[in-house]
Amino acid sequence: MPDTRTPSSFSITLSVNGRAVALDVPAHALLLDVLRDRLGLKGAKRSCDVQVCGACTVLVAGAPVSACTYLAVEADGLDVLTVEGLGSGERLDPLQEAFIEHGAVQCGFCTSGMLVAAKALLAEEPAPAPERVVHHLRGNLCRCTGYRKVVEAVVACGRASGERP
Amino acid sequence: MSAGERLRVVGQSVPRIDALEKVTGRARYVTDLELPGMLYAALLRSPWAHARIVRIDAAAARALPGVRAVVTGADLTWCDPYFGPAFRDRPILAIDVVRYEGEPVAAVVAEDAEVAARALALVEVEYEEQPAVTTLEEALAPGAPLVHTSEPPAGHFADLSSLRPVPGTNICHQFHFERGRGHAAFAEADLTLEDAYSFPRVQHYSLEPHAALAAWDDQGGLTVWASTQNPYSVRVELSKMFREPLSRVRIVVPFLGGGFGGKTYAKLEPIVGALARITDRPVRLALSAEEAFRTVRRCDARVRVRLGLRADGLLLAAECHADFDLGAYADIGPRIIQKGTYTATGPYRVPHVVLHSNAVYTNTTPGGAFRGFGVPQLAWAFESLLDEAAARLGRDPVDVRRQNLLAHGEEYVPGDTPIDGKFEESLNRAAAAIGWTQAARPGRGRGIAMMMKASIGPTVSEAIVRLHADGSVTVLASTVEMGQGARTVMAQIAAEVLAVPVARVTVATPDTAITPYDQTTSSSRSTTMMGRAVYEAAEDVRGQLLRVAAALLKTPAHHLRVEDGAVVGRRARVPYPALLQERFGMGGGELIGRGIVAPGRSAAPLGGSTPFWEMAVGAAEIQLDEETGAITVEDYVSVADVGRCINPLQCEGQDEGAVMQGLGHTLFEEMLYERGQLLNANLVDYRVPRAEDLPARLRCEFVENGDGCGPFGAKGAGEGSLVPVSPAVGNALARLAGVRLRDLPLTPERVWRALRARAAGQSQGA
Repeated sequence: MPDTRTPSSFSITLSVNGRAVALDVPAHALLLDVLRDRLGLKGAKRSCDVQVCGACTVLVAGAPVSACTYLAVEADGLDVLTVEGLGSGERLDPLQEAFIEHGAVQCGFCTSGMLVAAKALLAEEPAPAPERVVHHLRGNLCRCTGYRKVVEAVVACGRASGERP
Repeated sequence: MSAGERLRVVGQSVPRIDALEKVTGRARYVTDLELPGMLYAALLRSPWAHARIVRIDAAAARALPGVRAVVTGADLTWCDPYFGPAFRDRPILAIDVVRYEGEPVAAVVAEDAEVAARALALVEVEYEEQPAVTTLEEALAPGAPLVHTSEPPAGHFADLSSLRPVPGTNICHQFHFERGRGHAAFAEADLTLEDAYSFPRVQHYSLEPHAALAAWDDQGGLTVWASTQNPYSVRVELSKMFREPLSRVRIVVPFLGGGFGGKTYAKLEPIVGALARITDRPVRLALSAEEAFRTVRRCDARVRVRLGLRADGLLLAAECHADFDLGAYADIGPRIIQKGTYTATGPYRVPHVVLHSNAVYTNTTPGGAFRGFGVPQLAWAFESLLDEAAARLGRDPVDVRRQNLLAHGEEYVPGDTPIDGKFEESLNRAAAAIGWTQAARPGRGRGIAMMMKASIGPTVSEAIVRLHADGSVTVLASTVEMGQGARTVMAQIAAEVLAVPVARVTVATPDTAITPYDQTTSSSRSTTMMGRAVYEAAEDVRGQLLRVAAALLKTPAHHLRVEDGAVVGRRARVPYPALLQERFGMGGGELIGRGIVAPGRSAAPLGGSTPFWEMAVGAAEIQLDEETGAITVEDYVSVADVGRCINPLQCEGQDEGAVMQGLGHTLFEEMLYERGQLLNANLVDYRVPRAEDLPARLRCEFVENGDGCGPFGAKGAGEGSLVPVSPAVGNALARLAGVRLRDLPLTPERVWRALRARAAGQSQGA
């Protein structure tokens, strides 16, 4: 096999949803394409391409980023969390449960990004007020739900976590 | 099922059956699908609004390693390259002429998306620019350049068989409707007033841009996995274009990432079908959001309304003239202008009516279906002017509306379906919820508006329900799941009739090779029409179960009922698996039920009676920043008469989304053109509502009298609640600040200018 790597190809190692991954990627490869096309993680979606819609949101080292404009090489050595990494095994994350219960899911195309973005908020602030949730989700567009049920789900999930022992 | 039986599942907010897939990222959309050997397509788009194509040189692009084909309009001689549901006026790729900025001119197919993108840059096209028309004013001016110089053949839509273009102009269709004594009736009016309004070009912005994946095989013909709301319409188009029988064209529809009308009728399916044929490989095309702006949009419109009322507030006469901008290709525009204009006078009794609308070509992105289908444009005008009329008569706008409402059972137009809901109940509910009769807080103003919309007729939905040997159920229905929750509703209906848990029901993915015919997932029709078909198919299965049990138990079928997965008689209870074993003599076989709903044509003005009327009321309370002109919607109440909510949580979700989408075109959304160039085809410059735009209070309520023609007394929802948003907010602004805006969106700049003009007028008057 000839070496097809171009000189601008880099070897990176990531932890994706808790699993170590080693890859060769071109310098310009976007994290979103690497996740979707190389790793088969199709949960994060491509929509606006300009960091506005949040459909491609994943967490890198715990912080939400738009994977559509984030270079894969920037994530070298870091933890990446996608929607597929929420919950454990067959058990859903309480946030996923809350989205279902409160009707925060419609077409689902924004849902992966919404969940991951909200997860980051709850990690920082376990029981956020509605205004805080609204502000935090300003970078996640949804054209179906009108947001009310999404906000409700995140707030309810936060409250419930406070009540859990 | 017999009337009066207690419902178990219908009327309950059961969780969506697709929610688990969607919260885990496992739900698959077209762009998540891959086939072995799949190639990637990309489109080269016109930089000009109107130009002749002089020359295309694709040699350098073709020579790029990894490129499998570069295709132009000239290469498409082996098929019929034109499509369109009303007129077959839209070419797969531009042929000789481009008619809007962003029109596809050439397609590249390559081994990967990156190579395809690089090859696009190597295609050279020489254009000769032509004069363009990008507004209604330009397109309708005498001697205006023509977007289409010849009349294209009609498309496949039955009720558009009588298209009425005006030769030598950009008008491709007209709709005219009169009732009573027409213009003459204005002579009897005590108050006549007239005004003109405009509604902007708006982008659907489904989070998922359009996508399609096509593959040909010798046995099955063409298969397209498509983000479409109506696979059966797409199948007709492809069958005509590629000259294949319907049976050899298969459309499969995975989940849609939103539709809102923007994914009705063929969009990318023709081009991927052609490219897959040319390359003999599967081909996928996934548009960017920017390209979606250049694929379809809402038709902008200008609307002139004249109203004649008696001094006591009774509506006597109305005249509406609407020009709709269809963009460069007609798509379903002719039908939009008919439907929108037909109910221009809203839910009111107006004895004398003259309605006229024109469908106008311009050199802009083609206009198409968008939630509300022509009604928002007319309602913005009519509901605004009606408030003005109330103000001139010194009357409360809610009272004037109440006085003129059509009654339950009253005919809107002879031959069409009588009114099947209670407008007054909706109006009263909305007024009470917003606190209409109490004074608003200082600095706050309230407005109210109503709507009525026909669904689609004639119309057909067919469904199959299969009861398997283990008592589980499959529903075959071609209703597309685009977020509205249709699959869950269909599962609830089948589960209710067959007395099984929702979890025992699977709803198949729409696939024209498997799931039976459905006209379209649009017009708020699925719960009503497909819901009825699923209900009938499940009833068919239930009848078969009862007959098998009757023979087995030697009991008349009418003494038996279904309960908890079994047929139950006075002394015996036989679970479904045992009945199927009895019926087939072995542990296999299944019961198959059919449901067909097809009301057929009628004498109604649109060629078929609407199965139901969609009806909604909106009430807004706003706050205004007089310094900047910025409007904040603080409280919004929507009341929709839906007959019955099959799934109340989903109904709420539909209407909350509809209200927020309505707030978008009310407050800030507009596609802007300058010299034929679309300026804001991206989500930075084109602003859609964000979480922060959510009103402090948003309540969506429902009138449920069980009087809909759908299953369990349900009828359509989902579009209606979007429509009153603009006039409700505009009316609130007028009542709060004394300025009447006639052009949407109500941007801070427009409001601020109106406030300044008002102040100038006052100081002049003083």
